[in-house]
Amino acid sequence: MHKSIDLINQRLQDGTAKIVTADQMPAIVEELGEEGALAEVDVVTTGTFGAMCSSGGFLNFGHAEPPIKMERIWLNDVEGYGGLAAVDTYIGATMQSETRGERYGGAHVIEDFINKRPVELRAQSKGSDCYPRRSITTELTIDDLNQAIMVNPRNAYQRYDAATNTSNTLLYTYMGTLLPNTGNISYSGAGTLNPICNDPNFRLIGSGVPLFLGGAQGMVVGEGTQHSSSSGFGTLMTTGDMKDMSSDFIRAAIMHRYGPTLYVGIGIPLPVLDIDVVRATAVRDEDIMISIRDYGVPSRNRPAVRKVSYAELKSGSVELNGEEIRTSSLSSYRNALAVARKLKDWLDQGQMTLSLPTRYIDTARISRPMRETKRVTLVSEIMDTRVIMVKEDEEIQLAAKKLLKGEANHLPVQNNEGCLVGIVTTFDISKAVVHPERKLKVKDVMTRNVITTEANEPIDIAAQKLEHHHISALPVVDAKGCCIALLHASDLGRLITSHGGNQ
Amino acid sequence: MKLLVTFYDKGTNPIIAKAVMDTGVLINVERAVINSSEGEALVDVPDDACHIVGEALKRLGADVRIVENGVSRDLNRCVSCGACISICPKEVFSFDDDWMIVTDEKKCILCGRCVLACPHQALTISY
Repeated sequence: MHKSIDLINQRLQDGTAKIVTADQMPAIVEELGEEGALAEVDVVTTGTFGAMCSSGGFLNFGHAEPPIKMERIWLNDVEGYGGLAAVDTYIGATMQSETRGERYGGAHVIEDFINKRPVELRAQSKGSDCYPRRSITTELTIDDLNQAIMVNPRNAYQRYDAATNTSNTLLYTYMGTLLPNTGNISYSGAGTLNPICNDPNFRLIGSGVPLFLGGAQGMVVGEGTQHSSSSGFGTLMTTGDMKDMSSDFIRAAIMHRYGPTLYVGIGIPLPVLDIDVVRATAVRDEDIMISIRDYGVPSRNRPAVRKVSYAELKSGSVELNGEEIRTSSLSSYRNALAVARKLKDWLDQGQMTLSLPTRYIDTARISRPMRETKRVTLVSEIMDTRVIMVKEDEEIQLAAKKLLKGEANHLPVQNNEGCLVGIVTTFDISKAVVHPERKLKVKDVMTRNVITTEANEPIDIAAQKLEHHHISALPVVDAKGCCIALLHASDLGRLITSHGGNQ
Repeated sequence: MKLLVTFYDKGTNPIIAKAVMDTGVLINVERAVINSSEGEALVDVPDDACHIVGEALKRLGADVRIVENGVSRDLNRCVSCGACISICPKEVFSFDDDWMIVTDEKKCILCGRCVLACPHQALTISY
């Protein structure tokens, strides 16, 4: 049996179409069988609601008098793209405010516009004969804009790997707070409700297909950036009119120490044309597998700790090495359901017509890493190898002398085998002098939990360690755990400033 | 019931232990931060003994406040994502059957970890 898209649209018009949300489909197929489900169900609605950083909108402000070709543009002090002459900009969700830092960003500008709050537009120009004006400041609401068109380059990830942290440091990431020593697991995605998971071969989802975007009716532009369908990580580029959106389905958010992001609600209605659609939409949380990756490793290739299904993640805990680790979702399943149900309401009320893709999305695409033509600077290039060390059993007076003679602030401490076992600073020695009770040896005053780096570590990762732990030097250790050099924050600071722009 | 006890010495005077001895009430220290000039401890006390323990601690020089509610949630901001669930050491947060976040404020020990972790700034600690 095959149902045409015209037949389904006719039923939607007549009000006779049977519409279900994607989470109901597995049970329907189980009860009625595949043929039965095909006869019974006309449309399956999907939904997802989560952080989609790669989002933003094109805005047109209308011409000023005298006119200006805006070259640098700020909305509530968040910079928008200034290369779209003359009164257009693109405001990206993750761009941070120049005055409020990570507490406010492009995502908040978008939410303020959608909530019809006034937003301050400030712009500068060098001026030209056709556009003489040099600067402008004005306050606008979304009703004052000619267009406010959301165009999100990378939305609705098919699935997303979960995150944990095996290091001994608390991490704040775009995957949320990751407790040290595998203290928790965080994940994102709606599983059984996810649009692409219900159409993994992109038979129904493609260019021109209508969708729910932030409470408005929009459409799929095509494949999203970083679309990697052949590995099961497809993405979509989406668009919709911000003037029709609601902050129930578009929410600005802040990931602590990462910055602003935008929570976006997206749903796609899938016409049940044939048995293949029935099979695809019967997908369960149990069937959708992802990896749990270790964000304790600061590399693009974060090692996978284990495979896990969305069913397990949603259960609240996952077993790792014999321990039950609690899980947190970053996306909202409750709101994903609300999206799928709202979409069903629209269809029930005949407010939406379905269509097949005008252009199909590539199912064999693979996303590649960046080709880098310049080598990153490594710790070995700027570390100080003239490092003075002290033994743990030596007296603190000797450590003090060494610090003075070397004009150093940090002394790595070795044991008799030459391994790094601690570090002492001038502060530790001063403290020991002021409070002399029984503190005679270096090992009595040293810090034992030493944060270290390695010669072949990129300097940006070392810089992150210094900043995270509020320290000013890192011992550089070799494979045997021996200290071979020191990396000073001051050397790193000079280098990073001289390269410019490197935070 | 929880009491927030603030004391202004280096923690050398064992006032919580003294309060236990004076009153005979067993109390549970849930969280404590002590630095060089002052300290703060959150203690859990049986409801009926709250008053006498509070008075005993005050006599020993501490400030005592009853913590009515720990974490509070702004329902307009919360989207029920669940970012707070796994990072809370006391399992204050959970999903109900409709995937809505529910909180058990009585368990809260005011650590504040969830306040930073909430992507929507829906959580505040008040006492």
